[in-house]
Amino acid sequence: MAEAPDVRAGRLSPAEYERNFADAHPPLTAQQAMVEAVRCLFCHDAPCIEACPTGIDIPRFIRGIQSGNLKGAAETILEANVMGGTCARVCPTDVLCEGACVRLAEGKKPVEIGALQRHAVDWLFERGIQPFTRGPITGERIAVVGAGPAGLACAHALARLGHEVVIFEKRAKAGGLNEYGIAAYKMVHDFAQREVDFILGIGGIELRTGIELGRDVTLGELRRDFAAVFLGLGLQGVHALGVEGERLAGVQDAVAFIERLRQTRDLSTIPVGRQIVVIGGGNTAVDVAVQSKRLGAETVTIVYRRGPEAMSATPAEQEWAKSNGVAIRHWARPVAIEGVDGHVRAVVFERTPLDGAGRLEGTGERFTLPADQVFKAIGQKLVPSAFNGTAELLDVENGKIVVDAERRTTLDRVWAGGDCIAASVDLTVAAVEDGKLAAASIHRYLMGG
Amino acid sequence: MADLRCEIAGVKAPNPFWLASAPPTDKEYNVVRAFKAGWGGVVWKTLGEDPPVVNTSSRYGALHYRGYRMMGFNNIELISDRPLEVNLQEIKRVKRDWPDRALLVSLMVPCTEDSWKRILKRVEETEADGVELNFGCPHGMSERGMGSAVGQVPEYIEMVVRWCKAATRMPVFVKLTPNVTNILAPARAAKAGGADAVSLINTINSVMGVDLDTMAPLPSVHGKGAHGGYCGPAVKPIALCMVGEIARDPECRGLPISGIGGIETWRDAAEFIAMGAGSVQVCTAAMHYGFKIVEDMITGLSNWMDSKGYRTLDDFRGAAVPNYVDWGQLDMNYVVKARIDQDKCIRCGLCHIACEDTSHQSIRKIKENGKRRYEVIEEECVGCNLCAHVCPVEGCITMVEVETGLPYVTWAEDPRNPQRLAKAAE
Repeated sequence: MAEAPDVRAGRLSPAEYERNFADAHPPLTAQQAMVEAVRCLFCHDAPCIEACPTGIDIPRFIRGIQSGNLKGAAETILEANVMGGTCARVCPTDVLCEGACVRLAEGKKPVEIGALQRHAVDWLFERGIQPFTRGPITGERIAVVGAGPAGLACAHALARLGHEVVIFEKRAKAGGLNEYGIAAYKMVHDFAQREVDFILGIGGIELRTGIELGRDVTLGELRRDFAAVFLGLGLQGVHALGVEGERLAGVQDAVAFIERLRQTRDLSTIPVGRQIVVIGGGNTAVDVAVQSKRLGAETVTIVYRRGPEAMSATPAEQEWAKSNGVAIRHWARPVAIEGVDGHVRAVVFERTPLDGAGRLEGTGERFTLPADQVFKAIGQKLVPSAFNGTAELLDVENGKIVVDAERRTTLDRVWAGGDCIAASVDLTVAAVEDGKLAAASIHRYLMGG
Repeated sequence: MADLRCEIAGVKAPNPFWLASAPPTDKEYNVVRAFKAGWGGVVWKTLGEDPPVVNTSSRYGALHYRGYRMMGFNNIELISDRPLEVNLQEIKRVKRDWPDRALLVSLMVPCTEDSWKRILKRVEETEADGVELNFGCPHGMSERGMGSAVGQVPEYIEMVVRWCKAATRMPVFVKLTPNVTNILAPARAAKAGGADAVSLINTINSVMGVDLDTMAPLPSVHGKGAHGGYCGPAVKPIALCMVGEIARDPECRGLPISGIGGIETWRDAAEFIAMGAGSVQVCTAAMHYGFKIVEDMITGLSNWMDSKGYRTLDDFRGAAVPNYVDWGQLDMNYVVKARIDQDKCIRCGLCHIACEDTSHQSIRKIKENGKRRYEVIEEECVGCNLCAHVCPVEGCITMVEVETGLPYVTWAEDPRNPQRLAKAAE
C-alpha cells in the first residue's frame, strides 16, 4: 500500500532557499568580460548575427566591451532587441548565437555571447541610462493587447516612431512570461519589472492592467477606437493529458505552479511533493522540474514521449536539469494517474517507440512512477474567448493566429505576434522580433508608406 | 552626443577617424566602402610618376604574440601600382560623391622641383582637400632616393616642402618617418618649409622574424627577405612619444598633427588627440577587421566625451601635452608603494619572483598552515610598478600614493643632486 501523499511547504532552511534560488549564472566580472570579449574574432557578416532572431550586431557590441565603450555596446544590443537584458538571461544561446560561433568550428568553446550581452545591458541599467527618445509625435493611437515580450517590444518600437500606445494587460503586472513564466533563478532581483520600467521609460506608452480581451474590452471596440491593434496574447489555455485521474489533487499545470513561485515573496510557503513527475519535454518542463527539486523535492522525473533530440528543451537545458538531479525518461506517455483519497500517488506510463512511419506506437508495456505531485508541461493554447464580441473572425490554424511575414493577421488593421501566432517558436527573443516587425508594418501602414 | 567634427590645416571632416595612406585606400572601391562605413577621411595611397611600380608577391609579415594575432605588422609593399591617370580619375569622382569627407592624396616623386610641380598640378584638378608628402616609407622607395631617404634629411624636407607650397594652393601635410634619431629635426624642417601639418609616424624599419628552416628573414620572397615597415598596436607607444615631442616643442608650436601608429580603438584615438593630434589615421586595425571597426570608434569616443563633459574635440585636444615633460621636471618627492589586495590575490607568486629576482626584494613570500601569501615590505618598496604589471589579476596590486608632506621638487632642486649642491656652494 502506498504511503500518504507528502506535499509540504517549508522543506528547506531560509539559507537553502536563498542559495537555491540565487542567480543560476552569476554575471561576469569586468575582467572576465574582457577576457571573454577578446576571444571574439569580430567575424565579418558573423554567423551569430544570423542566428539571432533579432539580428543583434554581436561582434560590434563585443568590440564595444573590448574597447571600454559599454554604453555603445548596450545601445547596439537594445537597438535591435529592447529586451536584450532578458534574452541575455533566458535565450537558449546554445542553439542560437553561441551555437553559431565560429570558435565551435575550430573545436573550441564558443564565445559566451549571452553573458557578455548581460554584462553590457546590466552596465546601462545600473546607471539608469535611457538611450531612447521618441520621434516626432504622429498623433496616431495604437492598441497593444498583452504586455508580454511581443506586446512590449511592439509598443516600444511604436513609441520610438512617435505614436501613442495603450497596452491592455489582464494581469496585475506587465512582463508576460518574463514576469510570470520563467524560472526564478534566471531572473533574479526583479529583473523583469526593471526591464518593463526601462521600456515604458521612453514615454508615450500607457499601461492599463487588469483588462482582459473578450471580458473587459472586445477586439471590435479596439478596432473602432484605435488606428491599429497588435495582439500579443500569449497562450493561456493548458493542454489536457486526457487520461484518467487528471483531476486528482496534486496534478497541476506547470505554468500555474511557476507563476505562483515567481510571485511569492516567501518560497517557504510553496508546497512541493517528495516525489515529482513532470510530463513534457520543453523548457517549461525543465523549469518546473528544477525549481521543484530546488524547493526540496526528493526525486524529480521528467517523462517525455519521444527521444532527447525531439525535446524542445535545448541540450543545454536538458543538461541543466540533469546536473540539478532531475532524471529524464524518454519514450513513454502517461496512460493513467492513480490516487489515494482523491490525491495523486502514482502515474502509469506506456512505452512509446516509433513505428515505421515515424509515429508513436503504444506497446502496451507499462511502468509506474510514484508521485505525490504531477506537473503537466505539454504546451499551451490560445483561449478562443479572447475574441468574444468580434464580428469578423481572425484566421486561426492549429489553435494559433495566422499572420503574414509582416505579422499582419487576416483581419484589417490587426497585427499579432509572440506565442499566439502560428509561426511562433515560443522564445522571448522571437516574440521581440515579432513585435518589432509588426511595429514597422503598422508604421508603414499609418504613414501611408 | 558629442560633436566629433574635426578641422586640421583647413581640411574638414565629420570625425577624426581617417584611413592612412596604405592598401585600404588604394582605389575608389575601397575608399567608397570606407566612407559608407563611416570613416571621416582618407589619405589616398601614395601616387608616383608613371610607369607605376611593380610589387612583389608576398608582402606582409606579422607578429602574433601568444594568441593575439597581428600585434605587430609589417609590409614591403611599395606605392600605388596603378597608373596615375586611373587614380586621379577615381579621386576626383570620390571627392565629388563624398564632399563632406576629408580626402588627402599621398605623393612621392623623385626629388626634383619639376616632378613635384607636375604631380601637384594633376592632383589639384581632382579637387582633393590636400596632399600628404610621403617622406616616410622606409622600404623599397627609399633605395630609389624617395620616401624616408628624403625624410631622414631635414634639409631635403624643407626644400621639397618649399617647392610644394610654392606650387600649390592645397594644404600640404608632411608624413614623417620615425627612422631618425630625433623626430624634431624633420618636424622643424617641415615647418620651416611652410608645411601646413605633419602626419606621423610612418612605419618603422623591421624584420619580422627568421624562418629557421629556410633561414629567410620574414616576410620572405623566394627565400630572401628585405626590411619592411613595422606598424600595428605594438608601435603605438613610439608614435605617441613622437607626436608628443612635436606637440610640446616650442619651435613646432601651432603645427597641426595627424596622429598615426597602432590606433585600433576610440581610446587609442583619444590618447593621440589628448597628445595634440588634430585627426588620427588608421591602417592595420582596418586591415585586420575591416572598415566596420569605425562604428565603435565613433560611438566610443562620443560616449567617452559625453561622460567627461567634452563637447568638441578641441575641448580636450592637447590636454596631456602640458603634462608631457622631460625627466628633469618630474617630482622627486612623489612616492607610491605597492599594495596587494589579499582577497583578490590568486597566489601565483609572479609579483614576488619579479621583485625578488629583478627588482628590490620587497615582496615577502609567507607560508602559513600550508597556505602561501605575499606581502609588500613597505620600507623596501621603491614604487617601480613592476609587480602591478606582472600581476595577472585586474586590480589586485595597486600603486598607492604615500603622503610625504614634501613639496614638488625636481632633480635640479633636489638636495641629493651633487650638481645642485655644487651650485649652492658657488
